[in-house]
Amino acid sequence: MNKEKSIWIHKLIIVALMIYLFTPILGTFIYSIAKEWSYSVLPDSYTFQWYGELLQDPAFYSALGRTLFIVIGTVTLSVFIMVPTVFIVVTFFPKWERLLQGLSLLRYGIPPVVAAIGLIQMYASGIIPIYGTFWILFGAYFVLILPFMYQGIRNSIRTVNATDLMESAELLGASKVRSFISIIFPNIISGIIVSTVLSVAFLFGEFVFANLLVGGQFETIQILIYNKLETNGHSVSAIIILYYFILLLISGFIIKIGMRSNKKAAS
Amino acid sequence: METFGKQRLFLLLVLLPFFLIVFGFLLGPLASMLKNSFYADDGETLSFIQYLTVIKSNFYLKSILNSVIISLVSALIGIIIAVICSYSITRFSEKVQDRLLTVCNVFSNFEGVPLGFSAIILLGNSGLFILFFEMLGLEAFAQFDLYTWGGMILVYVFFQTPISILLLYPTYYGMREEWRESALLLGASNASYWKHIGIPILLPSIVGILSILFGNAMGAYATAYAMVGSTYNLMSLQISALIAGDVVLKPELGSAMGVYLAVITILAMMINEKMMRKVRRDLE
Repeated sequence: MNKEKSIWIHKLIIVALMIYLFTPILGTFIYSIAKEWSYSVLPDSYTFQWYGELLQDPAFYSALGRTLFIVIGTVTLSVFIMVPTVFIVVTFFPKWERLLQGLSLLRYGIPPVVAAIGLIQMYASGIIPIYGTFWILFGAYFVLILPFMYQGIRNSIRTVNATDLMESAELLGASKVRSFISIIFPNIISGIIVSTVLSVAFLFGEFVFANLLVGGQFETIQILIYNKLETNGHSVSAIIILYYFILLLISGFIIKIGMRSNKKAAS
Repeated sequence: METFGKQRLFLLLVLLPFFLIVFGFLLGPLASMLKNSFYADDGETLSFIQYLTVIKSNFYLKSILNSVIISLVSALIGIIIAVICSYSITRFSEKVQDRLLTVCNVFSNFEGVPLGFSAIILLGNSGLFILFFEMLGLEAFAQFDLYTWGGMILVYVFFQTPISILLLYPTYYGMREEWRESALLLGASNASYWKHIGIPILLPSIVGILSILFGNAMGAYATAYAMVGSTYNLMSLQISALIAGDVVLKPELGSAMGVYLAVITILAMMINEKMMRKVRRDLE
């Protein structure tokens, strides 16, 4: 009886929470399909014109292309560097794990707006003057996703018991490099996919570094949204909705993979 | 022994790119900022002048104060919502719980420029809600001004809420239903269960998450920047204006402000680490 009664309260709370969370995105969606909208609560008429214009706008595609280029480039670089690094540290230098953990924590403790200060100073001039070019984003983003990549890779290496696997492979005569490539890597790949997808979703939304380190010349999706804020609200809404739709697909993908690897770990 | 040394050298060589990037893009820049903060405006004379300028200037001091207040209030409201909602989430079946967490996960990405924009079209001067309230004749609500304290806090709370639910949920989830049943069997009332078991377990978690949310809001930049540009006096906006603004750049002063901000956010994170260690021990 008591439980029956109280579940209603919880349902009410959750419904309120969902309304709260969905309202801004719903409002943005209505705005993106509104034709004319002035002095009334709901638009006078609806249209998909803004989406149509957006999908024919070369600036949108170049921004998407730039974003994909930087994001996929950084994540690929990170996989190539982080997988061997974390593996070597976990297997051969376990004492250094604290160092990797410390670096991840440090990255969490430093907001990007602060990290940008030193990056500008280091790369404005000197031997590698990459401030103001997109090259600086590869390094800056590498550090941004370091905690996700480290956690994900370390967990998958632990789950498959990489140290034992390596020992067996070596006993059977495989070299270290060979056993890593043909035994360890295939076993941890699904765990790594989750962290890479997470990193892609995260970097897609990155604005601070793109704005402070590169500026307006290199228009990523986020910079495009910002630059368009003052010109056409409907068009911006359409970009935002498309953008979150992509993000939703990515999240769905992560969860699917996550569930599969959970089941794997349990069995 | 010889081969072992060679192997070690090879392993260290593989680690090299990682350390190069970490030095080049994390540790090096931080050191550079720290060093720069101890120089006068000419960039040559060593001095504490920048740190003193910040705390002596009404303007910069105010930006710190504004950031602290907005972060503290939004973190507190965020955690209150999380305390209620995370508990409600645990009352549903596993499947529903997973779905609700997915929703929170998706919305935890809804921040920055897109959120600032949504806030403007919903609550800005001719925003959807404002027009709606006007039509209903709710003058008090229709006069809501997004570009004031209330408006900023409302927007900050919005991006704090999903994160705080995601962070607090595991603690509730870890509190086994059997504990409550045993307590009730042993004659405890529901209230005394919460008083002696529930709250003592939740409290460190709440304090830890509060500090994370606080640090998160202190460092937040994109949302406010999209809404008000650099005109609102917040710490992160002032830093960006000092290092990459369109007017006068003062990198040394920006560095000192950056060090102040980093000290605050790192402290917040350390509090969280300490609390979470306690929570994990309690739940085991």
